[in-house]
Amino acid sequence: MEEDIAILDALIFSSETPLTVERMREILPQYDRQGILGLLKTLAEHHEARQGGFGLCEIAGGWQFYSRPDLAPWVRKLKAGRPQMLSPAALETLAVVAYRQPVVKADIDRVRGVDVGGTLKGLLEKRLVRMVGRKDVPGRPILYGTTKRFLEVFQLKDLTELPTLTELKDIQA
Amino acid sequence: MSYEIKLDVFEGPLDLLLYLIRKNEIDIYNIPIALITRQYLEYLDLMKALNLDLAGEYLVLAATLLHIKSRMLLPVPEEEDGGTEDEAGDPRAELVQQLLEYQAFKEAALQLDRRTLLERDVFKRGAPPEALPGEEGEETPIEADIFTLVEAFQRMLSQLDQADLMEIDLERISLADRINEIMDSLALRRDMTFAELMGEQITRQRIVYTFLAVLELMKLRMIRVYQAASFAAIRIFIVGEE
Repeated sequence: MEEDIAILDALIFSSETPLTVERMREILPQYDRQGILGLLKTLAEHHEARQGGFGLCEIAGGWQFYSRPDLAPWVRKLKAGRPQMLSPAALETLAVVAYRQPVVKADIDRVRGVDVGGTLKGLLEKRLVRMVGRKDVPGRPILYGTTKRFLEVFQLKDLTELPTLTELKDIQA
Repeated sequence: MSYEIKLDVFEGPLDLLLYLIRKNEIDIYNIPIALITRQYLEYLDLMKALNLDLAGEYLVLAATLLHIKSRMLLPVPEEEDGGTEDEAGDPRAELVQQLLEYQAFKEAALQLDRRTLLERDVFKRGAPPEALPGEEGEETPIEADIFTLVEAFQRMLSQLDQADLMEIDLERISLADRINEIMDSLALRRDMTFAELMGEQITRQRIVYTFLAVLELMKLRMIRVYQAASFAAIRIFIVGEE
């Protein structure tokens, strides 16, 4: 048990992308899904108890170590480069895609009241948005959706973790 | 008339309209169209005076506002079918709906920005500043066509160590296997060069199957293939999310 937790620790440490439970089960086949989740919970608690500089998080359908948010000022010095910031226009466009997906460009244009061609292209290049198909209407316009990278960048487990738009309305009220 | 100038440019006509509504502390469901239209047009003049690039969308909304204003001046036609409907008959209704929707997404965008963000608030272990496709050096990728793929294929073949050719086990590989292997590697890496896809044991058969698999995956639109320049490395990107 302790040994298996250490194995998971090593696997996640060595993985470049969030490691899925399915992948862990391939390596530790003696556990079922619940078993792995149990180990992960203990592992996450170990790391929390240690009060170190990073912790275990479930992001984008997998598990990965992330540095503690409050330590960001120091890590940023190490990274030297300026953090990638998204413009308000890009964030608004991304929000429409995230909540309305799959969505065609014309609908995003309508919601934002401007042509989103440029910002949408930028989001595609940043791999936050991708083409997910074509809408079955005349002209077969491209449908857009968010990517796994979107979940990673915004530190979301999955899309259901986004606050609903009605919740947002309550905030305004 | 003194202007309160908000220098950061509005994200669009709806943004400007919302700003005016907030500034005047107006009930969004009961917009005094005359007042708002006047202020909106004043802002457009101001933006012109400041030489800000005035996008056509601002003028479209100005026209919409004027249209609503004119409709509100006209008497409401007395019952057409089922009596007068105050709500549905309000010429402002559509605009209000649009404003509310935009406001919701504007708030959603702010919420996104308030999250802990990767590479801003949290960091992955040893993650290099992620090179995005299109941002590697000054190269801009172009979509590779069949000929560049064939060229890459021939180049791989020419690099073959002839002596190894005798060792091939013909039964060991199938096109379906190669396709699955490639998708598996791409699921982990997201993008790879053609050479990386080949892996270490380069045999003529493996190259052929890799090449066929790439063509098949392109046809199925499961991957996209880019090349930055002629003879540069061919990069293969996964299209789907698993």
